[in-house]
Amino acid sequence: MIEIKDIYKSFGDNEVLKGISGKFEAGVTNLIIGGSGSGKTTLLKCMIGLHQPEQGSVLYDDREFTHLNFEQRIEIRKEIGMLFQGSALFDSMTVEENVMFPLNMFTDQVRSEKLDRVNFCLDRVNLEGKNKLFPAELSGGMKKRVGIARAIAMNPKYLFCDEPNSGLDPKTSIVIDELIKELTEEYNTTTIVVTHDMNSVMGIGDYIIFLHEGKKFWEGSNKEIAKTDIEELNDFVFASRFMKAAKGKF
Amino acid sequence: MNFTNFGKYILLLKAVFRRPEKTKIYVKAIFQQMDFIGVGSLGLISIISTFIGAVMTLQIAFQLVSDFIPKTIIGSVNRDSSILELSPTITAIVLAGKIGSAISSEIGTMRVTEQIDALEIMGINAPGYLILPKIIAGITMVPILVIISMVLSIGGGYLGGTLSGAVSAAEYVQGITTDFNPYTIVVALTKAFVFGFIITSVPAYEGFYVKGGALEVAQASTKAVVVSCISILACDYIVTQLLL
Repeated sequence: MIEIKDIYKSFGDNEVLKGISGKFEAGVTNLIIGGSGSGKTTLLKCMIGLHQPEQGSVLYDDREFTHLNFEQRIEIRKEIGMLFQGSALFDSMTVEENVMFPLNMFTDQVRSEKLDRVNFCLDRVNLEGKNKLFPAELSGGMKKRVGIARAIAMNPKYLFCDEPNSGLDPKTSIVIDELIKELTEEYNTTTIVVTHDMNSVMGIGDYIIFLHEGKKFWEGSNKEIAKTDIEELNDFVFASRFMKAAKGKF
Repeated sequence: MNFTNFGKYILLLKAVFRRPEKTKIYVKAIFQQMDFIGVGSLGLISIISTFIGAVMTLQIAFQLVSDFIPKTIIGSVNRDSSILELSPTITAIVLAGKIGSAISSEIGTMRVTEQIDALEIMGINAPGYLILPKIIAGITMVPILVIISMVLSIGGGYLGGTLSGAVSAAEYVQGITTDFNPYTIVVALTKAFVFGFIITSVPAYEGFYVKGGALEVAQASTKAVVVSCISILACDYIVTQLLL
């Protein structure tokens, strides 16, 4: 479980996060949603330590993270897997080397053991046999799947996904969403997905936090979101004419 | 670099020299960088050094037109100029352009495509993993390149001088072997060591803190070369003053 308490973050005079708190349970897919500029990526970066919040704390299974120094954070970071918006694969490495990278850095396994783990992870994301390809040779969806394979290589307890569907067609988006949900349930990870994709919200949102102007405006499940009367949330979730028409049918 | 940047540069270096996560991986990366910086620059440095030596000999011969000055002076002036100044400084400035821009754009691209964030999230010391092998390769390979440059510059002087008839082979050889002070090599290698550090660490700093996209990466690359060249010249003066 990850708990955030009263997180504040500013960039100059721009106060991006204004006291956000929440609890993200293991084994369920937790979503942070909100419009552009609402602070969802900043919140994610505060949680994983890429940004330092001015106030508040982040607890990983009751272990304080925010105020640790670099060396102290390493132990918790070894338990974190992260899927980046742009996949963030290492360009100069093959798919196999990308997935093997954390194993090389943090385990003393022999090469055959590492290779077995890499092949298992690639099979898990339906990319068997793609070991020797470079990131430049992959489609957007395949890059995301390699990103997921790398993220799960070390059996993470916590999985973060920053806009996993951005730049993908709706069908591939659903494949990625379902993969994230399956992995979350299979390994009982605490998964946090930052998204503004409504298919994701409705499809995998077990627990959702809606951010608006840097504040937590609403929290609930995907079933509850369809019935909400909050204007700001409805404007975001049912922004298109099609979604407005479909709202009553959820 | 202003004081804020200098402070950030020092803090980055502090992070660079943290204990490596896995020495074996760092050693492999160091050899890769040595190949890139050393072997990859050998051709360019060889051509430049040979021509500079040849041109230097012709210019010294052109300026020393007096019956009272023996022509052996041409060899000895070319030798000392090449060892003390031209080989270390020209090699460093050429490498700042070739290696510096490559380092800055490589690390800058990794920054804007979140690859550095990915390293940090994994718990890897990104400055150490990315920059330390480059610095170690720089401070070992630049002195080697400078030694090669010295030899080729003096050899180029021999070729330029004898082919043009500005100096005879015997006079040139006598010149380069007379009154040789080995301390000049120590000064040159000290400069090469310092320049090797600048050529790798300054562009790495510029790339590491890039914000934005392709345009900013390109601007950082240009800035890295400019700052490296100015730093090389300033350190050249300081080292010369301290050691000579």
